[in-house]
Amino acid sequence: MDLQRKLAILADAAKYDASCASSGTNRRDSRDGKGLGSAGGMGICHSFAPDGRCISLLKILLTNACQYDCLYCINRASSNVARARFTVEEVVTLTLGFYRRNYIEGLFLSSGIIRSADYTMEQLVAVARTLRERQFRGYIHLKTIPDADEALISAAGRYADRLSINIELPEEHSLGRLAPEKDVRSIRRSMGRVRLKLDEAQEARQTQSRSKPPRFAPAGQSTQMIVGADSASDKTILATSANLYGAYHLKRVYYSAFSPIPEASRALPLAAPPLVREHRLYQADWLLRFYGFAADEILDDTDMLSLQHDPKLAWALRHRERFPLDVNRASREDLLRVPGFGARTVERILTLRRVGTLRAADLARLRIPRNKALPFIVLPDHRPAPALLDSTTLEARFAPQAQQLGFGF
Amino acid sequence: MHQIKLDSDIDFAGWREAARALALSNVAPAKVRWSVAGAAPDLFAELAQPSALPRASGSFNVPALFVDLAKTVLLHRDPQRFALLYAVLWRLRRDPDLLARCTDPELMQLEAMAKAVRSDQHKMQGFVRFREIGREPDNHFVAWYEPEHHIVEATAPFFARRFADMPWSILTPERCVHWDGHALSFTPGIDRSAAPSADHLEQLWLTYYASTFNPARLNMKAMQAHMPKRFWKNLPEAALIEPLIAEAERRTGAMIDAAPSAPKAARQRRKAKMPDTSDTLHDSIASLREQAAQCRACPLWHDATQTVFGEGPAHARLMLVGEQPGDKEDLAGQPFVGPAGQLLDRAMSAAGIERGAVYVTNAVKHFKFVPRGKIRLHQKPNSAEIKACRPWYQRELQAIKPELVVALGATAAHCVLGQVTTISQSRGRLIERPGEAPVLVTVHPSYLLRLPDEDAKSREFAQFVDDLRLAADHLKHAA
Repeated sequence: MDLQRKLAILADAAKYDASCASSGTNRRDSRDGKGLGSAGGMGICHSFAPDGRCISLLKILLTNACQYDCLYCINRASSNVARARFTVEEVVTLTLGFYRRNYIEGLFLSSGIIRSADYTMEQLVAVARTLRERQFRGYIHLKTIPDADEALISAAGRYADRLSINIELPEEHSLGRLAPEKDVRSIRRSMGRVRLKLDEAQEARQTQSRSKPPRFAPAGQSTQMIVGADSASDKTILATSANLYGAYHLKRVYYSAFSPIPEASRALPLAAPPLVREHRLYQADWLLRFYGFAADEILDDTDMLSLQHDPKLAWALRHRERFPLDVNRASREDLLRVPGFGARTVERILTLRRVGTLRAADLARLRIPRNKALPFIVLPDHRPAPALLDSTTLEARFAPQAQQLGFGF
Repeated sequence: MHQIKLDSDIDFAGWREAARALALSNVAPAKVRWSVAGAAPDLFAELAQPSALPRASGSFNVPALFVDLAKTVLLHRDPQRFALLYAVLWRLRRDPDLLARCTDPELMQLEAMAKAVRSDQHKMQGFVRFREIGREPDNHFVAWYEPEHHIVEATAPFFARRFADMPWSILTPERCVHWDGHALSFTPGIDRSAAPSADHLEQLWLTYYASTFNPARLNMKAMQAHMPKRFWKNLPEAALIEPLIAEAERRTGAMIDAAPSAPKAARQRRKAKMPDTSDTLHDSIASLREQAAQCRACPLWHDATQTVFGEGPAHARLMLVGEQPGDKEDLAGQPFVGPAGQLLDRAMSAAGIERGAVYVTNAVKHFKFVPRGKIRLHQKPNSAEIKACRPWYQRELQAIKPELVVALGATAAHCVLGQVTTISQSRGRLIERPGEAPVLVTVHPSYLLRLPDEDAKSREFAQFVDDLRLAADHLKHAA
């Protein structure tokens, strides 16, 4: 099989993994003239596919042959898709060739499970090791195979910037039903092991020592959850995310709306992917990580996020007793809870407060969506009508306007 | 009217020198006209009286933030940038807080320009496409790019740091930059026709671009927000965008309409059957550990990583029972490996007990916690959980048959003695029990960790060691 065909198969097989981050690793470059590549700081998107997703890394599988039969996966053992396998050398050459042309930030390598967890992990590590031996200093993200040997995990962390293990589904019983060979317990154990190694490396960096601390995945670990393949509610999903962030210090939980795949299984919904739901979950995830919300606050009386309103607005509509807030006096924590106020906006408001008083015009200049924010805030020249917060029509204000159906371009 | 002519579009040093002199001489912004050498002359340039830079000595301070802002804004293509920067500098001398007034119209204009420049630089870092000319070792990588602002010089070091081991050139209409493996050099702009038109790897890149696209998620709005059409002409993969969109709907429809296909020859593996675990008379610690890994006797398993079972020699003479695993123990799957475990190790060695000879376990074998952002806050197990977990302790006890059990803390004492027990009333003496190993109750090492002052800490530590010495003495006499 020629390289074109292999690449087509193995890129197609890898595209259901949403992660493309290339940020947050340690800063390095090739100024010493002995290598290729640089990393650290902001990630760079090198292109965008028509699905709106960024292309930052060469995202491929080493092979799409797999012993496992996970129903949601295009590469499951019982699927009729064409199979292919890259050699280590092919992946290394392709990565370096793409990198030199500035197509990519680095490599995101995953694989179907062949022979055993250890064998598969060994192959992934071999690619990363070879790239580093050839002085490649770009970004490497390796998928970690649960229950792979401790030494292989350590080696993976030595060469890779980020490791990830997919939790796949938020609930243990649906994983058991849809992915019979996978085991949540072993996935969690592996995440736990990775966190211990991350902690160790961080402690070693902080304590003064003459020997260089062992390198271990400076960009941390992440995971992915499939949304819409089982009946799990958003409440369950967010509780699982909060648990994973707390327990394993994940950098990110990615949500991937289940999208129809060729060779699909009968047991799964063959429908357009729930993209709005996925978007709302990402918004809720941001509330968890940057806005001081707890999972059980984001969803306190329902099990599903509103598709119509963003989760912060939905929360504010349910908790009108906490509003209106005086923008010139409220704490940072409270300001972060105002609908339409982003984290950066809040920082700007706090800066402005140090040198003066904010008025409605200031908010307009900060590009705050005023319709969203105004009912919930008080300014010297703005006070929402006293009855507004109590009125049943408040929610209707935020309903999207009826639209003429357009052409789907 | 002062006419200032800068050497080039990105002559920051020239702008700074002029701005400093003008400001020190109190020349109002309206009285200055800025231009760049070689640029098309200003319509009113004829009317302005060219004048020498006012003589002024001395200097004044501006926030470092402003200098950074000015350096970035200077790269913008807007001819008004020099004047606008000077206007803000002029105001900044009279209002030192100006930079905090982020809704000031002039400041916002500067911020917007800086943002546009940074974004242009970021796009250049991502969208430059090198094409290889010649074969190794005489190969050279050349790209054609059209930036929006004057960013070539400022962005070149990024490429030099990244592609240090290969010779490359980035050609643009205004300025070209070259790297020979050692240093950057710049030459005047060039016509597009000078750029190479093919590369032998490009077809693979197009294959990758087409294959990584998911037609079921077609979203052109998001795509164009990040990669507007003006970039498309210099991106080889952009030629695929239209055909991919045209195909997308058909491909998605086909996937949804296709009847589920018959699975490939069934070779689905069934999970190995669980070993039969009904025989509890001959529990070995290994088989107990395996069984406990599947325990669902209380809800704590759900949020925890794993069951943390006891650890130590199969016939240890001393058995140590703690409360429950903590954060570290939950991740590692071993008891007493976190901060409390380290304290316990110190106390045991002070009391002359070798940790390796002791069987160490917990009353409750899953970590109970509430998530608080990035940390997990330890929660005390309740009676129901202690009760649900107690059979594991009893079976461990039966398998190990220790000569003495030490219960660390109230939860452990509750489990070991089978009833709620107060530490202060039961600690420091052997509690004999007919037909069973005697029990010694003491505090949990994490209690010592929580004590606020050092005096109390060392006092309590000494008492803890005394308790453990009792255990050591007991074993010595029994031997």
